[in-house]
Parts: sequence; C-alpha cells; structure tokens
Amino acid sequence: MKFIPFLISVAITVLLVIAFNSPWGKIPPIGKFLSPQHGFWQNAEPVDKDFGQDLQLPGLREPAEVYLDERLVPHIFAGNDADAFYLQGYLHAKFRLWQMEFQTYAAAGRISELIGPRALNFDREKRRLGMGYAAEKAVVALEQDSVSKAEADAYTAGVNAYITNLKESELPVEYKLLNYKPELWSNLKTALFLKFMSLDLAGAEDDFEYTNLRSLLGYTTFNKMFPVKQDSLDPIVPFDTLSAKPGLLASHSGKTPHEAKDGWTIYPNMSVRGDSIWGSRLIPKPPPGSDSAYLHSTDTVSVKATKPDRDNGSNNWAISGKRTKSGAPILCNDPHLGLHLPSLWYEMQLSCPSFNAYGASFPGAPGIIIGFNDSCAFGFTNAMRDVRDYYEIQFKDDSKKEYWYNGEWKPAEFRYEHILQKGEPEYVDTVAYTVFGPVMYDKSYSGNRLTNNKYYAVRWKAHDAGNELMIFNALDHARNYSDYLAAIKWLHTPGQNVAFASKQGEIAICDQGEFPAKWKRQGDFVMPGTDSSYAWQGMIPQDENPIMVNPERGYVSSANQYPVDPGVYPYYLGGSYPNYRGMMINRYLNQMKDIGIEDMMKLQTDTYNLFAEMARPVLLRNIDSSDLNATERKYYDLLREWDLHYEAEGKGPSIFKEVWDSLTSIVWDDDLEKDNMPGFYPHESTLLEGILRDSAYEFLDDVRTPEKETLKQDVNLAFKKAAGACRQLDSEGKLVWGKMKATRIEHLANLDPFSRLNIMDSGGTYAINSVKEDHGPSWRMIVQLTASTEAYGIYPGGQSGNPGSPYYDNFVDNWANGKYYLLWMMTKDEETDKRVKAIIRITAL
Amino acid sequence: MFKYILSILVTALLSFVSGLYLPWWGIAIAAFAVSAAIPQKPAYSFLSGFLGVFLLWEVLAWWIDNKNNGILSQKIAYIFGLDGSSLLLIIITSLIGALVAGFAALAGSYGRRIVFHAPSSK
Repeated sequence: MKFIPFLISVAITVLLVIAFNSPWGKIPPIGKFLSPQHGFWQNAEPVDKDFGQDLQLPGLREPAEVYLDERLVPHIFAGNDADAFYLQGYLHAKFRLWQMEFQTYAAAGRISELIGPRALNFDREKRRLGMGYAAEKAVVALEQDSVSKAEADAYTAGVNAYITNLKESELPVEYKLLNYKPELWSNLKTALFLKFMSLDLAGAEDDFEYTNLRSLLGYTTFNKMFPVKQDSLDPIVPFDTLSAKPGLLASHSGKTPHEAKDGWTIYPNMSVRGDSIWGSRLIPKPPPGSDSAYLHSTDTVSVKATKPDRDNGSNNWAISGKRTKSGAPILCNDPHLGLHLPSLWYEMQLSCPSFNAYGASFPGAPGIIIGFNDSCAFGFTNAMRDVRDYYEIQFKDDSKKEYWYNGEWKPAEFRYEHILQKGEPEYVDTVAYTVFGPVMYDKSYSGNRLTNNKYYAVRWKAHDAGNELMIFNALDHARNYSDYLAAIKWLHTPGQNVAFASKQGEIAICDQGEFPAKWKRQGDFVMPGTDSSYAWQGMIPQDENPIMVNPERGYVSSANQYPVDPGVYPYYLGGSYPNYRGMMINRYLNQMKDIGIEDMMKLQTDTYNLFAEMARPVLLRNIDSSDLNATERKYYDLLREWDLHYEAEGKGPSIFKEVWDSLTSIVWDDDLEKDNMPGFYPHESTLLEGILRDSAYEFLDDVRTPEKETLKQDVNLAFKKAAGACRQLDSEGKLVWGKMKATRIEHLANLDPFSRLNIMDSGGTYAINSVKEDHGPSWRMIVQLTASTEAYGIYPGGQSGNPGSPYYDNFVDNWANGKYYLLWMMTKDEETDKRVKAIIRITAL
Repeated sequence: MFKYILSILVTALLSFVSGLYLPWWGIAIAAFAVSAAIPQKPAYSFLSGFLGVFLLWEVLAWWIDNKNNGILSQKIAYIFGLDGSSLLLIIITSLIGALVAGFAALAGSYGRRIVFHAPSSK
C-alpha cells in the first residue's frame, strides 16, 4: 500500500499549489504574489536601477533615442511625429500602465470587473451618464481627422508594443494585488480617458439640489441665497467695473472697434448692458410661461445626498515682457485637481523635426498637455460652466419604449450596458436614450439622489462629438498667436481658460469651449422634457467666447472666476465661480514691477487668505470681547493677531475656519433644515457679502425661534461654539493648520500604504496656493520665454507609477515645501550632459 | 548527510531555474524531481525540499529587498497587516514556498519508492 502516502502527499502538494494560486477575498493568490521571481518582489526595483537599454520595437519608422534624466523625466528624440507619439505611448505604459488602464476602467464603468459588486453603483453611474456612448462618438470624430488618427494610432501602437512584450513578473504590482492582467490599448481607451477628464472638469451640477431648494424656499428666496452674481467681481476679461481704460479688451478677430460708448471700447460681437450689437446672431430666449412653470415651479425631486466640490479650480496667468525683469513674457499655471498617486501627470519632452515640446502629459493620451515649445507656452484653468442639464421625461409606460415629445409618442432607443462583476454574474443595465440624451435616473437607478420614480434624461455637452486631442497637437506645434487661436478652436469640452504667451511677445487668454447658449437660469433646475421648448437653443458662436489679448495692464489671468461680468455678457453662464483667488492674483500682479521667476514662485505658493481679510473685521467687530472666558479670550486673541496666511504651523487659519463654519451653520441651518436639506449651503461669498452689505441681513434670523436674531447674536454664538471646538482640537494637537487640513495624496485604489498621508503644508481654499485635504495644485509651472526658455515646475508625485520605486513619490516633499525643479529642454547635442542618467536606443523591428 | 545537503542545494538551484521559465509552482516540480532522483528517507526529503526553497526564497527576497532599501516590502507588509515589517514578510514568503516544495519533495520520495521498490515489495 505504498500508493497511499504517495497519493496523500501529491494531493497535499496540489491542494497547496491551488490554494496559493487562488485569491481569497481581498487577498491575492499568495504563492504567485510572494514568489520572489514572479510576484511583488519583482516590483521592488533596485534604488540604483539602470533604465538604459537597447530596444527593437515593431512599427517604429526611424531609429530614436530616449534620454532619462536624474528625475527620470524622458526626453524623446524621434525622427517624425508618429514615432514621437509612439514612444510617448511606450513610456506611458512602461512607467504608468496600471494607472492609465485603471482610469479608463473607471471612465467606462468597469470597476466591478476588478473588485466585484461593491463597485456596481459606481459603474452604473458612469454607464447611465453615457460615458461609453460619449467616448464612442469621440473616437469616430478623432478617426475622421487624418492628423489626430495618425497620432492616436501611433500612441496606441506604442502602448501595445509595451504590453505585448510584458512578462508576468513585470506586471505593475497593482495587477498582482488585484489579480488581473492588462488588456491591449485602443483609441477608444484614449477617448475614454479624455471623457474621464470631462467628467471631472465639466461634469459638475447641482440641478437636483437647486430644484428642491427653489421649490421649497420659493424662487425669490432661492435667488437671494444662490445669486448669479457676486459683489466682489474681478472677471477674467474685465469689461466694465474694474477695467480702467478703453482698449483693454482687444478683439481676437483682428477687427477694429466700431462703436464707443461711455469711454468703453466695444468690439464686434460683444454687447454692453443689453444694447445688443449681435446682428442676426443667436440670442437665447426663455420659453413662454417659463416664469411660472419653471422658475416659480414647486415640483420637488427629493434629494438624498449631495457631494459638490465647488472649489475645483486652478490658476494661470501670462505676463507681458513690458512687466518682467528679463523683458520676455512669463506664463504660469497650476491646475488644481484631485491629488492621487500615481499622479495624473507625467512629465516629458517630445522632440521631432516638426515640434519640440516639454511639459506635463496625461498617461492615457498623446501630446504635451500643459507646457511649452520653442516658441510659446500654454496653460489651463477650468471654465466652470454648467454644461450638464436634466429633463424630466414622460414615458407612456414602464417599458420606456415611447416618450411624449412635441405632441406625439416618440420611440426611445436603448443601450444595453453589460457590466461584468468579479465573482458574480454580469449585470445588464438597460438605458433608454431620448433626444436629450440617456435617461440617467429612473425607477431602477437613483444614484442616491432621487427617491421618487420619475425619469430624468441628462443633456451633457460631453456627449457631442468633438476632437479634443487636436488642441494639444496644435498647441504643441504652435509658433504664434494665430496658431494658438486656431488650436483652441478644437476644444469643445471641457471648457477651459487657455492662457498663452509667445516669444514674439504676445500674451492672451480665452474662455474657450463650445458652450450652450442659455437664457437666464436655464438648466439650473430640472427642466420639462415633453417638448423642445426648454432644450438648448444652440451653441455660443466660438468667436464670442471672452478673450483678452495683449492688454495694457500687461497681464492676463484666470482663477475660475466669472469670465466676464455676467451682467454684460448676453448668455447665461450657469455654474459657480470662486472669486477670491482671482482677485488676489490680480491684486499682486497689478502691484508687481520687474517681475522675475522668483516672484512667480512666491506668487504660486502664496497663502494669503483674502476671504478672511474681508470676513474677519465683521467677526471681530461683532464679538463681545468683554463677555469671553479665558479660553475664548485666548482664541479671540489668536484670531485677531493672525496674519491672514494659511501657514502650516499656525493656529489662526484653523480658528478662522471653525468660526466661519460655525456661523455658516447657524445662519443657514434653520432655513435649510426645515426643507430637509441640511448641509447644502450657499456659497461662502453669499453670506459674506450679505453681512457686509447689511448687518440686518434677512437670513440671520433663526426662523425656528420667535425672537429675531441679529448679526451680533449669531456671531457671538458662532464664536463661542467654535472656541469650544478649538479647545477640543487643541487638546488633540490638531488645531495647527497643517494638522487640521492634513493633506493626503491617495493611491488610486485607496491603498493607504501606497498613499502619502498627513502632509504638513501651507495653503488653503481661498489662497492662490489652494491646497486642501485631497485636492490642490497638481502641476505648478513657470515658463519665461527668453531666447533660451527658462522654465520651472513640480507636481506632487513622481515619474514612476511603481510604489516600489524611489521615483514613485520623490517630488512630494519638495512640492509641499513650495520648491521647484528646473525643466530642462534638452537638445540633442547634450547627450553627454551629466544629468542624463540612462539612454534607451530604439530601432525598428 | 551528503545527500541531504546535496538535495537542498540542487532543489534550490533547480527551483531558481524553474522560476526563469515556469510559473511560481515550478518549485513543486523541481522539489519533486530532486527527491525522486536522490533517494532519502521521506522525512529527510521533505526537509530538504522545504529548506531548499526556504533558503532560495529567503536569499532572493532579502537580496531584492536590500537593493530596494525596503521601499516596497514595508508597504506590502502594511497592506498584509504585518505592521510594516519587511523581515516578517520575507519569512512568510519563504515559508509559503517551502511548504509547497516540502510536500512536493515528500511526494517525490514516495513516488521513487513505488517505482523502484514496487515489484519486490510483495
């Protein structure tokens, strides 16, 4: 019976191998994962790893070189455009493969495939919003243009050249942890990535929240709480109150002004205070009866949860050579985005005979996105327009086959979303499509927003076919202002304020995008969808987007504020526009003389809180300092003596925030709570401007009490509450601003050990250096366009996406401390420069 | 004793070679083959398979970790609830491989007995 021990030991071995080769819940296949020759140990790269190699790659046309510098920034020298994009794709994959694929899985609503049903609602949201639908249309547009097709094809081929030759041991560690393998790349994935950016930048809306508030509070009160204009307005293109001299606004079309009024120069296609000079152009008009049927409607939609991030924003500015020390223009940009590891950005230089560009690129898309070439520099901030609206659809019955539209039953189309789920059968989501767009919310899906059973179709600008890839291609090749003008026309969604400066001395900024031409308040609330009367009536003609070129003040700037005074622009802008950063930038730029690069570094990392400058006097004036106990007195003094900077080590910013937050909830909670809408507060500027204007601001009263509360009462109550909270925080050591804010850069799969947590850094929401908890300047860049360009930049991450690499997060500390790296625009003859750490030589296979 | 040490070393060597061409469970084949080729008592076979791969994985993991300054092993050790201990992770790594190789070597040892002693055992 010698077979028995043999069989038993064979069985045990086989069972062990199977057990260690299979995932258990969240635990990866332990044998495969721990094997030093296959598993995660292979991702623990030697800290002195030599990245140099000789490669033969299929599809490359001419031999090429990639020089990796000491920060692992690649400098690609290719023989033609296609090879440059091919190698960019190859390097994105080599250093950032997991991230680029994960982001497209997220965009496409496919995370359930990786982690199972707990991602189902996340995936359904993306599917029902029509992310896949939008990306498919974008691919068609992209492939219709021979330039963008060639670029995307080359990029895709480069990514796939890497994936195809990838050994199991070389898989990024996240694939090993989640136990899956990469798919081949495609142009669709590139399009999905770009839609992912549109969702982040042009996907915000508060339509359901606004609808309820309007219905419950009444339009008049709603309009006071959520005004469409701010008192302290310093728009990107100053038209009126803040601009000093005529001639400030130059026409982008090169036409001469044809009318002057009250000292203002008026250019073709602009109107002032309703005196339309628009000719036959589109002017959106509200449908008849909308005043009662829409603005004053009392229909509610029962909101459950909200999550708006209104401060999603960025800064950019360009300064004319007249104002700089060197006499050359300077362009600066710091886009504020959600901060993650691996970073959204990957720094690189792309050089080939037709262009030579350096800057931040998106792993997942070809081209340099924010950067400079040998002639000019370009940067972006978000335009903040509301381009996502909802229409209530009346279906004939639950089958959703027909809906009432313009007096007849119209057949809906269906898109079947097959959501694969790890460990579960696939989920098929049936989405009806109407003339407006997909019916995102229905009886089967509320997205935690609706509890009634109505049908809402979403009209989103990102559904319209556009070829956004081309703006980056064109900017990378741009030589002058007219190239810039031609380039930006490609950008439809997400709308951006595109700043520009050239070595020829031109500076410009344009609030660019293809935006719906809306009538006032159109799309702020859910709209009736039974006919076309509430539909978008058209798009704002591209040459009517606000633009400013070579202004006399010597600079252009934007920080997500209103692009123009909403009182003079003939289209309703929608969206929400933080104004304090923009005012601060302009205040500094107006004062500065002989501006140098160091001034720009100081400006980008400035932590002055303008909002507090305006709000603190009202608080201090109203706090009854004779009625404070010892603790309260201590915090009162700290608040009074605070220098208004968000310093990491200071307590002032935290105390101010506590007091203001406390006042906010005291003022608004009673008004919102009665409508079951706690926490969805009006903009901070609304309350501040309310109490600055009028100490008897109507919302100060607590409607739940018979008494009529005053500003003094509210402020004192707020301060005492806040002082209690501060004492608690102080005892835990968390009153120090850097600890309270606790900036964190999370890994994309929320794995804490792969994240950087509790970063002590200065800055905050209202400062130019707008670092928040998990959001902030994602790429700081300063470019001085002297004959030989001098540029600096940094992003909170590292060039390698591998958590096992020293290059994974090596920029984070310097970023937190406001330091910069020199951005080296390398030339081919600098091959022997000591900054070159590795050379990859590539020939065609 | 010589066979014992030889088995350990050959198991380690063959396991390493298998790792270059086969999936991780190549160590089971290597350990099985070594103990089938070098006759030992089953207990010694188990131990030599176990130790061969234990040593190989220990040395490899330690070597890699050392060159990496422990950057990744600490992070993985936190994910696995090992409080960031690279050392513990290296030991667990080696034990997993050793266990598989030990039982594979045991099977190899019993297998050899069937093949070589089966006719005469009646």
